[in-house]
Amino acid sequence: MSTVSLPLSEPNVEWRLPSRGKVGMWCLIAAEAGIFTIFVVAYLFYIGKSVTGPMPAEVLELPVFISICLLSSSATIHVAGKALARGRVVAFQFWWFVTIALGLIFLLGTAREWHRLIYAHGLTISTNLFGTTYYSLVGLHSFHVTVGLLALSLVMTFALLGKVNQAYAERVEVLSLYWHFVDAVWVVVFTVVYVIGA
Amino acid sequence: MSSDAIALVPSRVSSRPIVEVLHDWIVTVDHKRLGMLYIGFALLFLVIAGIEATIMRIQLAVPHNTFVSPEVFNRMFTMHGTTMIFFVAMPLVFGFANYLVPLMIGARDMAFPRLNAWSFWMTAFGGLLLYFSFLGGNGLYGAGNAPDIGWFAYAPLTARAFSPGHSTDYWTVGLLISGFGSIGTAINIIATILCMRCSGMSLDKMPLLAWLNLVMAGMVFLAMGPLSAAQIMLIVDRYLGGLFFDTQAGGSAVIWMHFFWIFGHPEVYILVIPAFAFVSEIVPVFSRKAIFGYPVMVAATVAIGFVSLSVWAHHMFTVGMPSYGNAFFALTTMLVAIPTGIKIFNWIGTMWGGQLRFATPMLFCVAFLFQFLIAGLTGIMLSAAPFNWQLSASYFVVAHFHYVIVGGILFGVFGAFYYWFPKMSGRMLNETLGKWHFWLFVIGFHLTFDFMHIPGLLGMPRRIYTYEPGRGWEIWNQIVSIGAAFQAIAILVFVYNLVVSYRNGRPAGSDPWDAWTLEWSTSSPPPAYNFAVLPTVRSRRPLWDAKHPEDPDWKYE
Repeated sequence: MSTVSLPLSEPNVEWRLPSRGKVGMWCLIAAEAGIFTIFVVAYLFYIGKSVTGPMPAEVLELPVFISICLLSSSATIHVAGKALARGRVVAFQFWWFVTIALGLIFLLGTAREWHRLIYAHGLTISTNLFGTTYYSLVGLHSFHVTVGLLALSLVMTFALLGKVNQAYAERVEVLSLYWHFVDAVWVVVFTVVYVIGA
Repeated sequence: MSSDAIALVPSRVSSRPIVEVLHDWIVTVDHKRLGMLYIGFALLFLVIAGIEATIMRIQLAVPHNTFVSPEVFNRMFTMHGTTMIFFVAMPLVFGFANYLVPLMIGARDMAFPRLNAWSFWMTAFGGLLLYFSFLGGNGLYGAGNAPDIGWFAYAPLTARAFSPGHSTDYWTVGLLISGFGSIGTAINIIATILCMRCSGMSLDKMPLLAWLNLVMAGMVFLAMGPLSAAQIMLIVDRYLGGLFFDTQAGGSAVIWMHFFWIFGHPEVYILVIPAFAFVSEIVPVFSRKAIFGYPVMVAATVAIGFVSLSVWAHHMFTVGMPSYGNAFFALTTMLVAIPTGIKIFNWIGTMWGGQLRFATPMLFCVAFLFQFLIAGLTGIMLSAAPFNWQLSASYFVVAHFHYVIVGGILFGVFGAFYYWFPKMSGRMLNETLGKWHFWLFVIGFHLTFDFMHIPGLLGMPRRIYTYEPGRGWEIWNQIVSIGAAFQAIAILVFVYNLVVSYRNGRPAGSDPWDAWTLEWSTSSPPPAYNFAVLPTVRSRRPLWDAKHPEDPDWKYE
């Protein structure tokens, strides 16, 4: 997008190729999307096929707060990445930390929900088909949030050690691509599990 | 141009202690070494799975045979199928892609060398896990050893009640792990092709092999994702008490079939598109003509990849789908024949009027053309749902898909071996032994798989461990088993040729076939860095341009 304003005009055509980090991450996202698609299809297929309770309508509550947290973490990681690209390292660290905090809140919220479902309603992965599909799909997503948080925390550690500067902006952007994907998957999971499924 | 700088490297390597050499191979991140590791791993498993096939053919050679027990027979066909697809065909395809893609696009390595090593070792670990089931599958239950669920592992055979012990767990975990390896390699292939091309190599100037591997890698995501998901569900069922495939609790056995074949059918094209890639590189060089219809070849490949994503349920006509489901999957399956036919015509168009040289690589490619055509024709027969109802799960189906995988894919891979072995080893494969290999294998292949169609038409189901005499199946099964012996001898000739030629083959030089793509511009074997100076290309045949400066390709493209 900034090529228009470039004052340089090379005499011979410059050979430019896409960033391999971004291409690699988009490929990983494609493969992950394949995995999630199958779990979502299984969830939709098995809605209403449980032969025993509890049923989703009886036990599921809309996780509005943690959903807002997770989705806004997409915005904060974007702000963090932009800050790093402009060389504002402290702002990057602040927004990066906020992203991790929001992700943690989401995970804790999921943990609370699971605790409630298991101990208050007796719903486990082997109770009925709802349990099997619910814990698999939400669990697969939470696993991806966890992996993302580990990666974000690794960057945070390096950032606090003063190792992350403007030169790493592109790598940070690759990681935030993954985080955006995890958030986008949550939109699908939320719709399927809490809206359609309930 | 870069061949002088590295002439000393091979002799220095060979004088080092064996432990150091092995250590180098284990920690390597070089795409050429990883490619050869993939290929060596695949050849090892080819021999193992070939022995399993031989055991089955001995058992079926005569009626009421007692060479192996029914239980062992079930394990043999399960392990043969699983091994051949996941630990022979996939590693062969990935091995050649690993070795060739960076060389052909003028790059020094893959985009992610360490991911590349990780992917190979994941695949290798998956294969070892699968075979460890022979020892570890017993578990505490004293039941079974290797998996005996068939390579597509239909529910409820995989349920705890019907697969006690750990054999099915080794199967599912082995495939899950090797599937992650496959996804890693596919990411690498795409990132390499999109981001590592040498100067001037725009997408329309890439060798067809790179284009076809790009499509193949894209399909790996769309196929391996669903397979991984299905394997995770199976693990949830077996270890956590999940109910995905438990029909008594409302689960569905049919949905496993859908998930498996959503992987399973694109998988066929994942394997055959690289074979197309080999043929698309070899046929022009041995016809002394540029490939006919390059853009159409690319478009046809993309079309095959796209259409093949919506044909999976033709494996399930006998399950009882609604009529519109049957019609949809019958029509999409027949649709694949159009782009495939275009490709076959283009290869013939490339040979048309060319100066054909029938060296061993070309022989395998010509056989590929004929055999893949017949495989496609029986495929169209099976895509007609009523015909399929009659012959599903019969030996006709077994003959059809072996025609694709052996007659198509394996012949393409053998062509690739004879064509690129000189680049990998620096020595030519022996041409006389190559011709013996080719003719023995052609005879064995046709004895086995031509005649295997007939007991299928006569009603012989697949996966039976023996049969009654007097049904008219005996003579055909005997011929099929004799063909298997020919194929086994041909494979031995091939392996002997690899060993002998690697030791004392005729030195190849950098460009033994007078070819046109970049891998032939560097020495044989190439140095670790591939190219001392990264090349710049102006056409699809950069070496033609270099050899014929008076009449370069870029004037016409």
